[in-house]
Amino acid sequence: MKTAGIDIGSITAKAAILEDGVILGTRIGFTGYNAGLAGRKIFEDLTGELGMEASSLDRIVSTGYGRKSVEFAHKSMTEIICHGAGAHFLDPKVRTVVDVGGQDSKALILDASGKVTDFVMNDKCAAGTGRFLEVMARALEVNLDEFGEISLQSENPAKISSICTVFAESEVISLISRGEQRDNIIAGIHDSVASRVYAMAQRLAVNAPIMMTGGVARNIGVVRALEKRFGSPVEVNEYAQANGAIGAAVLACSLP
Amino acid sequence: MPQTDAEKKRKFRSAKRMREIMTEYYIEAKTADQTGKKVAWITSGGPVEPLIAMDVIPVYPENYGAMIGASHMGGDLCAKAEALGYSTDLCSYARADIACALEDGGPIGGLPKPDMLVCCNNICGTVMKWYEIQARLFDVPLFIFDTPFCHVDFAEEARRYVRTQIDEYIGFLEGVCKKKFDFDRSMEVGRLSLKGQRLWQDVLDAAAHRPSPMTAFDAFFFLALIVTLRGTDKVVDFYTELLEEMKERVNQGISAVENERYRLLWDNLPVWYRLKWLSDTFAAHEACLVADTYTTAWCGSMKYIDENNFIDSMAEAYTRIYLNIGVDEMAKTIFAMIDKYEVDGLVMHSNRSCKPYSFGQYDIMRMVQEKKGIPCMMLESHMVDERSFSESQAATRIDAFMEVIRQRGPRAGTAL
Repeated sequence: MKTAGIDIGSITAKAAILEDGVILGTRIGFTGYNAGLAGRKIFEDLTGELGMEASSLDRIVSTGYGRKSVEFAHKSMTEIICHGAGAHFLDPKVRTVVDVGGQDSKALILDASGKVTDFVMNDKCAAGTGRFLEVMARALEVNLDEFGEISLQSENPAKISSICTVFAESEVISLISRGEQRDNIIAGIHDSVASRVYAMAQRLAVNAPIMMTGGVARNIGVVRALEKRFGSPVEVNEYAQANGAIGAAVLACSLP
Repeated sequence: MPQTDAEKKRKFRSAKRMREIMTEYYIEAKTADQTGKKVAWITSGGPVEPLIAMDVIPVYPENYGAMIGASHMGGDLCAKAEALGYSTDLCSYARADIACALEDGGPIGGLPKPDMLVCCNNICGTVMKWYEIQARLFDVPLFIFDTPFCHVDFAEEARRYVRTQIDEYIGFLEGVCKKKFDFDRSMEVGRLSLKGQRLWQDVLDAAAHRPSPMTAFDAFFFLALIVTLRGTDKVVDFYTELLEEMKERVNQGISAVENERYRLLWDNLPVWYRLKWLSDTFAAHEACLVADTYTTAWCGSMKYIDENNFIDSMAEAYTRIYLNIGVDEMAKTIFAMIDKYEVDGLVMHSNRSCKPYSFGQYDIMRMVQEKKGIPCMMLESHMVDERSFSESQAATRIDAFMEVIRQRGPRAGTAL
C-alpha cells in the first residue's frame, strides 16, 4: 500500500510517501501565499522525484495549518495526531514529542501504541517558535542555518528576559549595541525559546524518551538548551522536519 | 438557508417566549423614568431579591456585556475604553460597559441610567473599581456588598460580617427609595427566587439524558432570566414551560446535536461572539457540550438557602458561589458534573477577561486528568473582545482534542 502525507505549515510545506511501512521519500519547500498550490506542488515534486504516478497513491492525508486547502487529500487531520504518529513510526519507544514549527509549538504525550493521550499548544504568540528565531537571525545578520553551531561556542549566554518577539528583538538590538558577543546573544535566544517550550511542556506529565520534531529541531542550539531544561536527552531524527507529513502518511494507511 | 425537518425539530419553541420576556424587561427598564420606577445596576452575582422586593428594576451590565459580545460590538467598544486609558488586560465586560456608558452606544441604544449601583464582589475584584467609576460618572449612590473568599468553609465571623451588610443594604435601599422595606414581600420574593433556581437546575439536569435535549449553548441563551429576573414569578413560569419542553424532547428522543456520540463539559464564561462557530465546530465532531460550570453557578449555592429565612440565609448563599471558593472546591464541583452528565472530555476556556474563573484552571485540569482520566483542552480568548480570538488556532485545538477523544472511543453506555 502506498500512502502520502502532506503537511502545510506556516513557513514550509512538507510531503512524505510511504510504501508498506518504508519511507520512499520526503520533500520540503516553502508554503508561500497559496497553501493549496503549495500542497499540490510539493506532492507533484516528490512523486516526480520518485518517478511515481500520482494516481498510484492509495490514500493521502493532509495536515498542518493549510490542511483544509489540500483538495486532493482523502482526509485532513491535525498536526498533533500526525506528529504523534510520525514520532511513533520513527521510534516506537518515544513517549513525549516536542514539536516547534514556524508559528506554533506543542508538546504531546504518547502511549505505547503511539496514541496521543494529552497535548498542549502555545498561546497566540510567536515567542518560542521558528518565526521568533527568523526575526532574531535577521536582527543579527546571521544565516538561520548557522545559528545552532554558533551558539555552541558561547561560554556565557546572554539573558533575554522578554517573552514577546517584538520586545525581545529590541533587547537583542540593545545587546548588540552594548557590544555583546554574537555567540552569547544567540545562545541566550536559544535559552529563551527552550524555557518557553519547557514551561509549556511542564503542564503535561512528560516522560522520556523525548523526541523533538519540526523545523526548529534542525537547530542544535535549541536542542541542547532543551536537554538542559528537561535534564534528559532529546532525540532528533533525520526526518524531524518532515515528521508531521510522515505521520500523516502513516495514518493514511488505516483510512478505510 | 432552508432548514431540514430535523433542524426545525431541534429549535426550542420557548426561545420565542424568552425573547419576548427579555424585550419587555428592557422596555420596562428603559422607560423607568416615565413610570417613576427606580433602576439599580447590579453585578451578576449580586443579591437582587431585596431590589425586587422594593420594586426597583435591576439592570445587569454583565448581561448587557453578553449582548455586546453576541452582537460583535465588543472589539470596537474595548478599543474605545483603551483609548481612554484602560488596559487591554482588563475585563472586556468592564471595558465595553465603560465605553458604552460614555457614548450611549452599544445594543438597544445603551442601558437606562441608574438611580443606584449595587456591587457584590463575590464574582471578582474588578467590579469594585468598575462600579466606582460608574458611580462617579452617573453621580449616584453605590452600595458595596463585600463577601469574603471561602477557601473551604464559611466561618462564623464571615457569616456575621456578611449578615450585617444585609441590614446595611436594606437601609441603603430605604434611603434611596424613600420607603420602608417590606419584609413579608421579601419572604415571598425569596421563595420565588429559590423556586426559580430549583427549576433552572432541573432544566440543566435534563442534559444528563442521552442523547442530550440541550447543549451548553442553549443554556447560555436561556440563562438570562435566572440572572436578571430571579425572585419574580415570570422566571418560575418560564422555566416551568422550558422544563416541560425538555421533558417532551427527551420523550421524543430529540437530540440537540445530531448523532450525539461524545459528551463534553465546558468551563468558564462563553466566548459570546463565537457561540455559533463553536457550536457548529463541536457538532461537526458529533460532540455535544452537555453542561457547563457557568450557567450552573446560578443554582449552585441554593443548598445554603433556607426557604423560611431567606434574608438570613442569603448571606451564606451569596458568599459561597462558584467563583468565591477555593480551587479544590471548584474541582469537586467539576468532578461531580463529570459524573452526573457522563462526559468524555473537558473544554476549558482560559478567559483573559475573568481572572478568578481562569486562575487555577491548569491545576483543575491536572486534577481532572488524575481523578477522572478524561482528556482536557484549553481555549484562550476574552469573552467579549473578539480581537483576542484566533480561529485557526482554536480550530486546530478542537480538532486535535476530538481526535484524541475519538481514539479513546466514547464512554461505556453510549448508544452507537
